[in-house]
Amino acid sequence: MDLARREVTASPAAPPVGTRARAGTRGPWVRLALMGVPMAFFAVFFGYPVLAIVSRGLRAGGHWHLDRIGQVAGDPDILQVLWFTVWQAAASTALTLALALPGAWVFARLDFPGKRLLRALVTVPFVLPTVVVGSAFLALAGRGGVLDEWFGVRLDTSVWAILLAHVLLNYSVVIRTVGGFWSQLDPRQEEAARMLGAGRLTAWRRVTLPALAPSVGAAALIVFLFTFTSFGVIQVLGRPRFATLEVEIYRQTATLLDLPTAAVLTLIQFAAVAALLSVHAWSLRKRETALRLVPAEQTAHRPAGAGQWAVLSAVLVTICVLTVLPLAVLVLRAFDGPDGFGLAHFRALSGQSDSATFTVAPVEAVGNSLAYASVATGIALLVGGLAAAALTVRSRPRPGAGRGPRAADRLVRGFDALLMLPLGTSAVTVGFGFLIALDEPPLDLRSSWILVPLAQALVGVPFVIRTMLPVLRAVDTRLREAAAVLGASPLRAWREVDFPLVRRALLVAAGFAFAVSLGEFGATVFIARPDSPTLPVAVARMLGRAGESNYGQAMALSTLLMLVCAGVLFALERVRTDSQGEF
Amino acid sequence: MLRLDGVTVRFGERAALDSVDLEVAEHETVCVLGPSGSGKSTLLRVVAGLQQPDAGRVLLSGRDQRDVPPHKRGVGLMFQDHQLFPQRDVAGNVSFGPRMHRMGRAETDRRVGELLDLVGLPQAGRRAVTALSGGEQQRVALARALAPEPRLLMLDEPLGQLDRGLRERLVVELRGLFRRLGTTVLAVTHDHGEAFALADRVVVMRDGRIAQTGTPLEVWQRPASAFVARFLGFDNIVAATVHGEAADTVWGKLPVPAGTPQGRTLLLVRPGGVLLRAPEEGLPCTVEARTFRGGDASTVTVLLRPAEGPPLEAACTLRDAPEEGARVGAVFDPREVVPLDGADDQREESEAASAAG
Repeated sequence: MDLARREVTASPAAPPVGTRARAGTRGPWVRLALMGVPMAFFAVFFGYPVLAIVSRGLRAGGHWHLDRIGQVAGDPDILQVLWFTVWQAAASTALTLALALPGAWVFARLDFPGKRLLRALVTVPFVLPTVVVGSAFLALAGRGGVLDEWFGVRLDTSVWAILLAHVLLNYSVVIRTVGGFWSQLDPRQEEAARMLGAGRLTAWRRVTLPALAPSVGAAALIVFLFTFTSFGVIQVLGRPRFATLEVEIYRQTATLLDLPTAAVLTLIQFAAVAALLSVHAWSLRKRETALRLVPAEQTAHRPAGAGQWAVLSAVLVTICVLTVLPLAVLVLRAFDGPDGFGLAHFRALSGQSDSATFTVAPVEAVGNSLAYASVATGIALLVGGLAAAALTVRSRPRPGAGRGPRAADRLVRGFDALLMLPLGTSAVTVGFGFLIALDEPPLDLRSSWILVPLAQALVGVPFVIRTMLPVLRAVDTRLREAAAVLGASPLRAWREVDFPLVRRALLVAAGFAFAVSLGEFGATVFIARPDSPTLPVAVARMLGRAGESNYGQAMALSTLLMLVCAGVLFALERVRTDSQGEF
Repeated sequence: MLRLDGVTVRFGERAALDSVDLEVAEHETVCVLGPSGSGKSTLLRVVAGLQQPDAGRVLLSGRDQRDVPPHKRGVGLMFQDHQLFPQRDVAGNVSFGPRMHRMGRAETDRRVGELLDLVGLPQAGRRAVTALSGGEQQRVALARALAPEPRLLMLDEPLGQLDRGLRERLVVELRGLFRRLGTTVLAVTHDHGEAFALADRVVVMRDGRIAQTGTPLEVWQRPASAFVARFLGFDNIVAATVHGEAADTVWGKLPVPAGTPQGRTLLLVRPGGVLLRAPEEGLPCTVEARTFRGGDASTVTVLLRPAEGPPLEAACTLRDAPEEGARVGAVFDPREVVPLDGADDQREESEAASAAG
């Protein structure tokens, strides 16, 4: 049967018409041309550094030493780190899901005043630098923190501070991934099940839950990935008792100067992340089911009944305790100077501080950060935009073509996964790779300022792609066709039809890339020059030093960073499109 | 004006269009009629250049369109679901075509105003298209398609989503409009009422092939095959053997019009040609159901179950309609008996037999 069909489709039924051949081949060529820049970018700034890590870790004296992996992985201290990395990630993921799923339902199905504002609010922590979130928890529950002062409760010695900080950072991932999808599920499906005799709970369990499961799985995977590679939070809250792989890689590199061990650890992490990402890609494909989605605004309703009000209140309380409280305390600490409330810490930022921490005034970090982030945003938009365009170009359905996945589709999927890699691959890998790969000819960028924006762009590109792709794909081909029959050339049709729809997504992507670049810590900490630190690096350095004044200044700098990020985000919420991607 | 020569389009193994030949003359309105999946929309897409044919040629004003991209063909297409540009207002949508053709600003504005008047939406230029009702969107889509003055206007289910009253009014308006503008029109629809009201000529399609072509009256009066007859809503089809001016069927002897080809064939009896008498005066039947159709004549369709053979539909007035369960005798009016061409009758015959069984 299958054979017969292949024979039919392979038969030369279609005459070799010139236009048809052109229409069939133009798509792939355009796509390859668009892929060129992103491919080159990733080869040079991701592939090459990773290769450098491999050879640094496993090669010595012209020979491969694969047994190093076994040696390093067998070290009890390293095993301890591995174990902690895995279980804290699992615990953080479980905790995040438990706390955020009710929130996802509230945002998906309920309609209440201030919903937009609240949605923006819970997204703030996601783009907040991890260092800031760490500082906020430190201010809330650390030594001398608010809880310590008032109740004598300290969480920074336990793992709870880390877990809660992870929940805060990733709450919005679940809200956006699961809630966004949930809000587009047609509630009439559930109603149909109820008309067929299913109870309210059964209908939910049999109809909604199966539809929802893939997106919950995807969200869980992303959260696991982010917490697995957590760096800034642990660096601030966990030292010296807790270390993830990331922290250990940094310690081996920066403190112990054991580059081969760091390289092997990076490879272990790389393998784990690649495995997780391939599961994610697989689940994404599974998610592409033929569900009928409806506009989100049709599915939400006012809360009705005590139960719904109770859930809404619980979610609001969770958000307050988890998001608002730590950030408020952070701001409080920033203004809590030696002589009572005031701007003392902020003023101190502009002065030359005590010797070794900085060679320049900390406030200059603001300027550095903004400049780096702007350049990084430009690069990320160029690379990510081209990549998204390449992923959207669809070869037209060729008459006579079979149904099976073609080589081109597989290429696209591989390309897609490749571009996602830096997102999961720890920032530390990127920074470490830059450090050891780009410091000698042919590519010696060690002393160039462009190194930092390049690393930040690498981390920002996946966000750009994930924001642009759904919007680009959602542009109905028939709108373009409508423009064509009205006399618009393909280029003109793109400008008149696609561009106006994409413009907003482009802005959103730019904002995301900017915020991510601004808060980037793991890679930057490796490669930023001592005399030009970025904001997160400056904060971490200050927290690493003893003294009330350093602590206060760190809080003040974190507050500044948070304000910039929040500003960008609220600007984004104003131009946000309905199809908002995955984050 | 438009000519299609043996146009074939395949999707996988299925032929959406199977060597279709079609001609549309200048100023003519042709309606392609067929069930969904018969290839109607593909036909329009091929003419517009949005779909490349696997074989055959499309000629516009005698010129082969093979290498002409859609935006240079000078044809208009009104999409089934309108495809209005959501980010533009009504005037922005209508003026799109003239802008693409570099019409001057003042000229464009004048034209947009004219067209909006024409489709009955004056002063609607600044409204958002997403705020329009289905009928209003349809009008805007029509104005937008007319704006660049295409040499051929194509309409895909032009009135599909409208309610009955609006549809009937718009059919008349459109017909008048096309007359006045002298537009050449190729429309597709699955609604024969719409096609008959709109078209100078009707083309019935089945599975990517043309099943019949003719004026609305010709197609209505003499469906070429059982498929066309059934598609037009006629179900009284029976296998027959014609001898002279009568035919043997499971319903007994049927009178046939003079000149009917002799031998085995299929016969269609229009419901109006099934007359109800006393049981002993004709084919004895039981009234199985009666359906009130409304309309000016207060027509009632009566479903009759004869002792043998497929059920029969008869049309009568409300006053004459028998009760359900009543026994009646059916006699046949030869003027309403139509012999069907045997092209695809073998299949129809077996289908009819299995449906009856």
